[in-house]
Amino acid sequence: MHMHKYEKIWLFFGIGSLFVFLAVLGVGAFAQGNQPPSCLTTIDPEKVDQTPPFDKPGLVKTGDNEYQLNIVASAFSYTPNQVEIPKGAKVTINVATKDVIHGFEMAGTNVNMMVEPGYVSSFTQTFDKPGEYVILCNEYCGAGHHLMTAKVKVVE
Amino acid sequence: MMSEVRKVDARDGKLAMAHIYVAFIALALGGLCGLLQVLVRSGKFTLPANISYYTILTTHGVLLGLVLTTFFIIGFQFAALSRTAGTLSDKVRFWGWIGFWTMTIGTAMTAYYILIGEASVLFTFYAPLQAHPGFYLGLTLVVVGSWISGFAMFAHYAKWKKEHPGQVSPILTFMCVVNMILWLVCTLGVAATVLFQLLPWSLGLVDRINVLVSRTLFWYFGHPLVYFWLLPAYMVWYVVIPKVIGGKMFSDSLARLTFILFLIFSIPVGFHHQLVEPGIDPAWKYLQVVLTFMVVIPSLMTAFSMFATFEMYGRSKGATGLFGWLRKLPWGDARFFVPFVGMLFFIPAGAGGLVNASHQLNQVVHNTIWVTGHFHLTLATTVVLTFFGAAYWLIPHLTGRVMTKAMNRLAIIQAVVWAIGMFFMSGAMHFAGLLGAPRRSAFSTYGNAPQALEWIPYQIAQAVGGAILFIGIILVLIIVTNLAFFAPKGETEFPVAEVAEEAERTPLVFENWKLWLGITVALILIAYTVPFIDMIQNAPPGSKGFKLW
Repeated sequence: MHMHKYEKIWLFFGIGSLFVFLAVLGVGAFAQGNQPPSCLTTIDPEKVDQTPPFDKPGLVKTGDNEYQLNIVASAFSYTPNQVEIPKGAKVTINVATKDVIHGFEMAGTNVNMMVEPGYVSSFTQTFDKPGEYVILCNEYCGAGHHLMTAKVKVVE
Repeated sequence: MMSEVRKVDARDGKLAMAHIYVAFIALALGGLCGLLQVLVRSGKFTLPANISYYTILTTHGVLLGLVLTTFFIIGFQFAALSRTAGTLSDKVRFWGWIGFWTMTIGTAMTAYYILIGEASVLFTFYAPLQAHPGFYLGLTLVVVGSWISGFAMFAHYAKWKKEHPGQVSPILTFMCVVNMILWLVCTLGVAATVLFQLLPWSLGLVDRINVLVSRTLFWYFGHPLVYFWLLPAYMVWYVVIPKVIGGKMFSDSLARLTFILFLIFSIPVGFHHQLVEPGIDPAWKYLQVVLTFMVVIPSLMTAFSMFATFEMYGRSKGATGLFGWLRKLPWGDARFFVPFVGMLFFIPAGAGGLVNASHQLNQVVHNTIWVTGHFHLTLATTVVLTFFGAAYWLIPHLTGRVMTKAMNRLAIIQAVVWAIGMFFMSGAMHFAGLLGAPRRSAFSTYGNAPQALEWIPYQIAQAVGGAILFIGIILVLIIVTNLAFFAPKGETEFPVAEVAEEAERTPLVFENWKLWLGITVALILIAYTVPFIDMIQNAPPGSKGFKLW
């Protein structure tokens, strides 16, 4: 099939930059470990309150400057809904839902994940900038969806 | 070319027009919902009489995302088939009507359950939110109706092939067939989750549902759905626009190759809508990200083809200099100008799409209103303006009328109004999304959070843009009503371009459906088999239904 010379040049550079781009994404994901949140742990959605660590939701210190933040999501709230995190802390956030699908987004950070019944959602984030961050549900979950929120304070 | 009928038979025209009427009624109602949404989200307006924002949002999504598109596309394709592969047989037309009524009854049923508040589950209807069974049944009828029409189209194509052995089919016919194959293969996913999971569960026959499997089946359908919208726009760009401007198609073979590439690469890619969700191994997500980006190739080919067509035409009219050909294009012709505005918007739309599908960048924008801004560029500008531009010759062609100069001018104003409205609305959505403002949410300050208060000016800009867009909808409804019922009687052309003389003969391999379907199915199996088995083998306890609205 005939292709115009200019089209060949156009496609060569276009497809070339596409593969460079995909390689960058691949190196970021597999060599540097920047994968999107993809936790494979399952949980019984009707027994979230009895299943550790969600039986005692909140911030737990797990090591030197390392923390776990365990949050329970349900229509239309997060438990706990106020958290203070020391500046510079490396926090693994685990979230589970008791009912429908919720979102878990911390505006102004890269923390953004789906929370689905039956699964634990998990992401690790280091908080270097002090300030107040709003957590909100960004997946429609019902009449009170836009009222589902929590607050994180990163303190010195 | 081959023995083409120049005019769409009146009986086929009626079938096509029936679809187009439903499409534009959906535009009117869905557009009104859109206006209410942007007003609510500005924070300055509340809905009267306890109407829920989410009922309006569900109606908007279903009417514009599913009804307007599917009806317009099927109507347009019946007309295109009749025009390029000959008048439909009585049997094909009969089944076309059966398909139409099945879809229409399904739409009415779905709309009823949404409006009485039994199905405020948005157009993605994610379990375990549980709608009334009638909502799922209505959607099933819409899909089944589209399948009936799809098979009627295949039968028409098969008849043409039988009567023209060894010949390459007319390009528009070929494109319609590709689009319906794409549709059939991808709707199998949504049909599977609705028939085997959601319906039995909402009827109470089973207690629990596997949420992740249901979402995965939905997104197996959800992304090719957008290409099902886009390909008819590409038909107009490749085949109709060159004729409208007085030029020729750049290359028949490359246009067919583009469509085949879309068929192959648009389905095994649903995970890029599920990048930030649990239960799927990230390596499989990455594989689907790579496959997603393969559609960049046919998109680049299309961009080249379009501008090559424009430049060749301009130069044939004596244009000189690097960009002199731009001045030779028929800017005053709505049939060209309106889709051209759509094409321009596809450049930022495509760039935003690259961000969304990027393995890691997605996390920054996932479920923020950036995504809403994105598909209001792709679907609600590029595709929809192209459909409007097509309606401006298709409707008068089918109703035996002509578009007056005044209506042509109004159509150009309409496209400008649309571009301005969308610039504000979609632009503000993109910026607010980067700051974290969520999509699909009523107005909220999140407990007067300082971050959320920063989003309000953008939400007001969205309301301004949305109000301008609503004026655009009123204008297009005026034009369409005029063309359907009031424009002067006369003959309007259904423009179909010829191929440039320099182009080579089209090889028959493009119609080797076994080959293309084989590759399509193979890629789907590669991309989905292992993660899908994982999901089922490692499934958590299922979910009961919830009605939280």
